[in-house]
Amino acid sequence: MDVQLSWNLVHDVRQLLEFHFMVNALRAGTIVAVVAGAIGYVMVLRRQSFAGHTLALLGFPGAAGAVWLGLDASVGFFGFCIAAALILGLAPAGRAGEQSAVIGIVQSFGLACGLLFVSLYHGFLSGLNNLLFGTIVGVTDRQVLVLLVAGVVALGALAALGRPLLFASIDEAAARSRGVPTRLVGVAFLVLLGVAAAGASQVTGSLLVFALLVAPAATAVRLTARPVVGLVLSVVIALVVTWLGEGAAYFSTYPIGFWVTTFAFGLFLLASGYRAVVK
Amino acid sequence: MTTSAVRLEHASADRGGRVVWSDVSVEIPRGEFVAVLGPNGVGKSTLLQVVLGLLPLKAGHVDVLGRPAGRANARIGYLPQRRAFDPATPVRGVDVVRLGLDGDRWGVPLPFAGRWTAAGRARNERVREVIDVVGAAGYADRPIGQCSGGEQQRLLIAQALVREPELLLLDEPLDSLDVTNQASVSALIQHVCRSLGVAVMLVAHDVNPILPYLDKVLYLAHGGALMGPPEEVITADTLSMLYGTPIDVLHDRAGRLVVVGQPDAAAAHAPH
Repeated sequence: MDVQLSWNLVHDVRQLLEFHFMVNALRAGTIVAVVAGAIGYVMVLRRQSFAGHTLALLGFPGAAGAVWLGLDASVGFFGFCIAAALILGLAPAGRAGEQSAVIGIVQSFGLACGLLFVSLYHGFLSGLNNLLFGTIVGVTDRQVLVLLVAGVVALGALAALGRPLLFASIDEAAARSRGVPTRLVGVAFLVLLGVAAAGASQVTGSLLVFALLVAPAATAVRLTARPVVGLVLSVVIALVVTWLGEGAAYFSTYPIGFWVTTFAFGLFLLASGYRAVVK
Repeated sequence: MTTSAVRLEHASADRGGRVVWSDVSVEIPRGEFVAVLGPNGVGKSTLLQVVLGLLPLKAGHVDVLGRPAGRANARIGYLPQRRAFDPATPVRGVDVVRLGLDGDRWGVPLPFAGRWTAAGRARNERVREVIDVVGAAGYADRPIGQCSGGEQQRLLIAQALVREPELLLLDEPLDSLDVTNQASVSALIQHVCRSLGVAVMLVAHDVNPILPYLDKVLYLAHGGALMGPPEEVITADTLSMLYGTPIDVLHDRAGRLVVVGQPDAAAAHAPH
């Protein structure tokens, strides 16, 4: 493979789309960015970043376990992330602050299981990096289709939850008094978060999911206080960093996870700087 | 249409097996501004939960707007006890008010419904209208976390008012405000009560800032309740008996009442 970045943008894009694996990577990245940008925005609004982080990490034992059992990795990503979301959502809340301890325990146990599965499947070690930090090669047509279906369902569910989710996120007691089933809404949202984390894991790897789930949203909330504008902005930022990251990974020798995270971090710094100057 | 907004008959409530108050019989007329007062832990917020139907009574009966508690919640505006919004909350005041109007409806509104459909326009107008009522037009478009405590409280009152309720339940809305804002928010609540004919139950810690605006006070104490116009209920003897500790009631030169020695600390030591 001999690709060279030039100043001719049309030529660069043509090079990008030359190989089928790269087309699939861009398809998967686009789907994942839209879903993670939208759901990540609500996650930041609800301050559930730690839960989102845990769900993302739990994709790793899921995928490692699936590969060990000879299944498709995406089965493991989605299965584990959704199951973990249900556990976190349905576990009794207990005292304030205890929730994060429960999440932390679940998280470390999940990582330990992932390590066990990797060691049980001896030939798998080369894939460990890809599971943790992402790769642009090897996204199959089937995987793209799974991501598309999961993404459409998740975004549809997010739209259906809509206003009650926003209400419960910023003003839970008032929402409950108005008859919003806040607990149900919370569990449903965690499941959506699990879907978004599982999808994003397949592009950026489990450890770097936050580049797509939290960075675009955190950037967006620094730029606008309008919920709808913020959500759209978060999606746009996620798309831009994904496309830029995938392009950069293609033309360079460095991994995609590094590029996506770097671009996301750069935009976040710019937005923070803008806020500091404007204020 | 019944004349009372809330009627309790021999009502008792408990929390976790512990009786908070019992045999309470009071009636709050429509359109009156009533403060719910009493020592800490006496069940003031519990009373609001009962009125909302969120907590069933242990004994007795409660009617709200002529219906059993919980059945008329669409006609109640409720402002829960809360701390301030986080400064980083990326939502405008107008969005918070808007959620009071349609935050319980599933789905999202159609894009640009506020411009293209009559119902959407009417909803936008209603939000702007209620923001004007509470005098929050100047800062409703700012992120709510960057509004002051008094401004946030006005926006939250607007949220509670946006569906034109007949009863307003406010749980310690003055708690985190400075003295000036306590007075101006109390005056706003009185204005809302008078001009819109809304009955108000306001849970408060300290009676003094709201005293000039009230119609009645409802004192909860261990055991029962006592309700009436401030000048009848707020006497040194009555309060000392309710709180179980000496309390003085002074009259200033304008004839206003001032309660002195309202003992939160002492109440905390009282056996429950």
